[in-house]
Amino acid sequence: MFNHLKISVCALALLSAPAFAQQTSITIGMALEPPNLDPTGGAAAAIDEVVYANVMEGLTRFGPDGSVNAALAASWDISEDGTVYTFSLRDGVTFHDGTTMDAEDVKFSLDRARAEDSTNAQKALFAGIADVTVVDPLTVQVTLSEPNGNFLFNMAWGDAVIVAPESAADMATNPVGTGPFQFSEWVQGDRVEIVAYDGYWGDKPALSEATFKFISDATAAFAAMMAGDVDAFPNFPAPETLAQLDADPRFNVIVGSTEGETILSTNNANVSDVRVRKAIAHAINRQDIIDGAMFGYGTPIGTHFAPHNPDYMDLTGNSAYDPDLSRQILADAGITDLKLRLALPPPTYARRGGEIIAAQLREVGIETAITNVEWAQWIESVFRGKDFDLTIVSHTEPMDIGIYARPDYYFQYDRPEFQDLNATLEVTADPAQRSTLLAEMQQIIADDYVNGYLFQLAKTGVANANIVGLWENSPTQANDLTGVSWTQ
Amino acid sequence: MKRNLIIGGALSTLFTLAALLSFLWTPYDVTALNIGAKFGTPNGQNLLGTDHFGRDILSMLMVGARISIAVALAAVSFGILLGVPLGLLAAARRGSVVDEIIMRSNDLVFAFPSLVIAILITAVFGPSLWNAILAIGIFNTPVFARVTRGAALSLWTLDYIMAARVAGKGAFRISFEHILPNILNLLIVQATIQFAVGIIIEAGLSYVGLGAQPPIPSWGRMLADSQTMISFAPHLALFPGAAIVLMVLGLNLLGDGLRDALDPKIRRART
Amino acid sequence: MTRFLLTRLTSLILTLLAASVVIFLVVEVVPGDVASVMLGLNAEPEAVAALREELGLNAPAHVRYLTWVSGLFTGDFGQSHTYRVPVSELIADRLWVSLPLAIYALALSTFIAIPVGLIAATRAGKATDTGIMGLTQLGIAVPNFWFAMFLVLIFAINLRWFPSGGFPGWDEGLWQGIIALTLPAIALAVQQASIMARVTRSATLETLGQDYIRTARAKGLSQRQTVIRHAMRNALIPVLTILGLQFSFLLAGAIIIENVFFLPGLGRLIFQAITQNDLIVVKSVVMLLVFAIVTVNFLVDVAYAAVDPRLRRRA
Repeated sequence: MFNHLKISVCALALLSAPAFAQQTSITIGMALEPPNLDPTGGAAAAIDEVVYANVMEGLTRFGPDGSVNAALAASWDISEDGTVYTFSLRDGVTFHDGTTMDAEDVKFSLDRARAEDSTNAQKALFAGIADVTVVDPLTVQVTLSEPNGNFLFNMAWGDAVIVAPESAADMATNPVGTGPFQFSEWVQGDRVEIVAYDGYWGDKPALSEATFKFISDATAAFAAMMAGDVDAFPNFPAPETLAQLDADPRFNVIVGSTEGETILSTNNANVSDVRVRKAIAHAINRQDIIDGAMFGYGTPIGTHFAPHNPDYMDLTGNSAYDPDLSRQILADAGITDLKLRLALPPPTYARRGGEIIAAQLREVGIETAITNVEWAQWIESVFRGKDFDLTIVSHTEPMDIGIYARPDYYFQYDRPEFQDLNATLEVTADPAQRSTLLAEMQQIIADDYVNGYLFQLAKTGVANANIVGLWENSPTQANDLTGVSWTQ
Repeated sequence: MKRNLIIGGALSTLFTLAALLSFLWTPYDVTALNIGAKFGTPNGQNLLGTDHFGRDILSMLMVGARISIAVALAAVSFGILLGVPLGLLAAARRGSVVDEIIMRSNDLVFAFPSLVIAILITAVFGPSLWNAILAIGIFNTPVFARVTRGAALSLWTLDYIMAARVAGKGAFRISFEHILPNILNLLIVQATIQFAVGIIIEAGLSYVGLGAQPPIPSWGRMLADSQTMISFAPHLALFPGAAIVLMVLGLNLLGDGLRDALDPKIRRART
Repeated sequence: MTRFLLTRLTSLILTLLAASVVIFLVVEVVPGDVASVMLGLNAEPEAVAALREELGLNAPAHVRYLTWVSGLFTGDFGQSHTYRVPVSELIADRLWVSLPLAIYALALSTFIAIPVGLIAATRAGKATDTGIMGLTQLGIAVPNFWFAMFLVLIFAINLRWFPSGGFPGWDEGLWQGIIALTLPAIALAVQQASIMARVTRSATLETLGQDYIRTARAKGLSQRQTVIRHAMRNALIPVLTILGLQFSFLLAGAIIIENVFFLPGLGRLIFQAITQNDLIVVKSVVMLLVFAIVTVNFLVDVAYAAVDPRLRRRA
């Protein structure tokens, strides 16, 4: 009976669409629903995963390989001293409400983001801006208080997209941007729909509409994929089912890299003894965690740096799995009956990885008390309150080794030498010099065993085998649909 | 029907013994992981197979039984210790403001589903076994208060209670010396039923992550953990679920059997 | 009857008021700050402070309580902190999933339980009865989320007869909506149906033993006719009560089941709101659930009293 019904429904669908036309709509699965849709007013990755590059655009943008490319700015000139950026904007760009995008909008957006009362979650990206001047409708000049090698990179973040004064206030529920898709509908708790924008300035996307469906439960995600309810799940939350999906000819499993260094974050104020942190590091069997929690997906890391980055140093040997050494270090230091709290946020890597780490630490005589926490509580008590000993979290921001230069950052690592190196790095533009600095920085935090460096989070995506153009890697949190199409 | 009593008693005893045995011995250590041996199907070494961390499922179920029983038992005790005195008091002061307040408070608690109580408690204190006990205990309290009050009310009209009052005994002494012993059977039956309800609620709470925290094994969490693996390793979900069903079934049958055995006139006051 | 209604209505309102105070107080002490959750990991403290001010989180407690409660009366539940839309809108959308699900599950269990209970009663003591009673014992003991897991495995993943979860929305057509709610409703209905079948059976047995039924049979009505004409109507009273009592369990079950099938209903809303610290939503959803339970019990009491006038005095 139900099969009949399905057939008749399909027949109806065929009647209403031109026969054998290529499919132009797509349903993308996402594990987390964005709390709102304003990338300039919230830090949730899910916001960018819906709107970045699809609905909203900035002066520059990230490419699939992490490179910084031109977007609304067609080109730019940088002054000799590196403090003045002159952007030439593209002509004929309109917002989805039909208004023109010009230099005034750029000035408005940047000034809004760096204003005193701004609720932009990444205000630091704009901190170096001293002044924004409109030269003419298509030229805007940004003056920095000091040279910043990362400025174009900063402007590619989702938090730096260009908005219009007319629509900025309602961005949370009705994002109006300049991208190839415009926002259509948001059914809270279920999905966001976007449709192709006819007035787009660049190449029109192959897709005419896209639906982002929010499925937080890993089982439900697998079932939805199997049942064909979603066409692609770029960050699939259930690595345990990937083997099964991969074996199914209907699907492609896409494994790539992310910027997520997954670490056993350690409160350096509570666990201040470097010998204890070293003992912890040697007690951890990374491969067991990758196999047991992530079902083999993930690359071991020995420092806080992404392995796919050319400047990455493999320092895993520095903290190789050696439980005997761990016990020895603890015994030499005269430490017994060590009991630490381990707070675990919701993602699989933390919850499952945490259970494994707890068992591994128990092997060397360190007891842990596990508390599963929701993100809200994690941010409140761990990240802000710094009330924790250990936690597991993936730091998904690109190039974020600089967090080790912030003594008030939640793991509270305070080492002046590192802070000096970071300060030098920020004003260094020469690639070779930067490489040397970065190598030194990676070595220091590895030698200090600041945190337990576990693995680089893999991007494990699943898609219908007829879909091409999805990003393989995740240089930033985005589901860029501009190049996605169906082959049949 | 003796059959209920026998089957129910046997199932309940089996799980209780398994739980008690787990204190002394389990086939394998449930806290030691063996990632290399994950997803083992039932075999000679691991009678019920191994889970996603290579732990022995039978051992996990034994320790899990301990947790389930402890939570349900503690929650029933909570409900009895708070609900029975309240019910006795309400009956002794029937029609008074005290009675009214107790009964209205009962209505108030009844208006919150157990899961919602647990969600709110967890939001404040964070998830833990104690909060699961507290939530189920709060939920049990009005059940016992109502059953006690209802039964006590009918006893208060009996001649010998009247005689005791005339003899100058206070309401407190009458409640504990005459009323309570006479409603004990009823309370035992109700306790068995609430025990079963407690097991099922605890499993639900652990399933949504509001109950026992790792590494303590619990049936509900074993189900939650195995959910994504059900398509290729269904035995991970099958056995803990079956354990819950059999345990609850056993307690319900035991309750029915006890009711029939202790007092055929008691009507089942299931909520 | 008027006096009965008035007393019941007063206690209904008192219960709701007390519940609102309890909910507000509990939510007050929930740790965590919605503003920092909204802005995420690297948010600057000033941004958080600015957002707190914007959301009106700095007003004193009693002012916020009064604003909230008076808002409940006018249908203005405030604005969701994380979604930035009116809470009433969020709830209304979700209600259109949760309410049909509850009704579907109740209807399913009633339609299964009453005939099954009647059959068991008329065959009391025989093999059919024993079999049915055994099954209902099992049905009561099965956790609905566990049952749901296997329903999904068999009917969604393997047979693909039903969607694995999610809800297309009623604008996609009534049939699509019903299909999407079928597995969740079945999962929810099993336990309710088992309990209801048992109550129907014992209530019917009791009435069957009463004098007027014996008279009816003596008059030459067949057992079947007797059951349908007389016994069933009277047996409906306890069934009605059970419906009222089970409603709270149904809602609790629905909260879990909605999460298993990722249905955008109130149950999932409350979990999402808790995880995002969107307490204004938590408050209002819990209040709504309490309101639903209290009201259903009130209606059951009224219906009960209408059917059986002797019971009015009990209030």
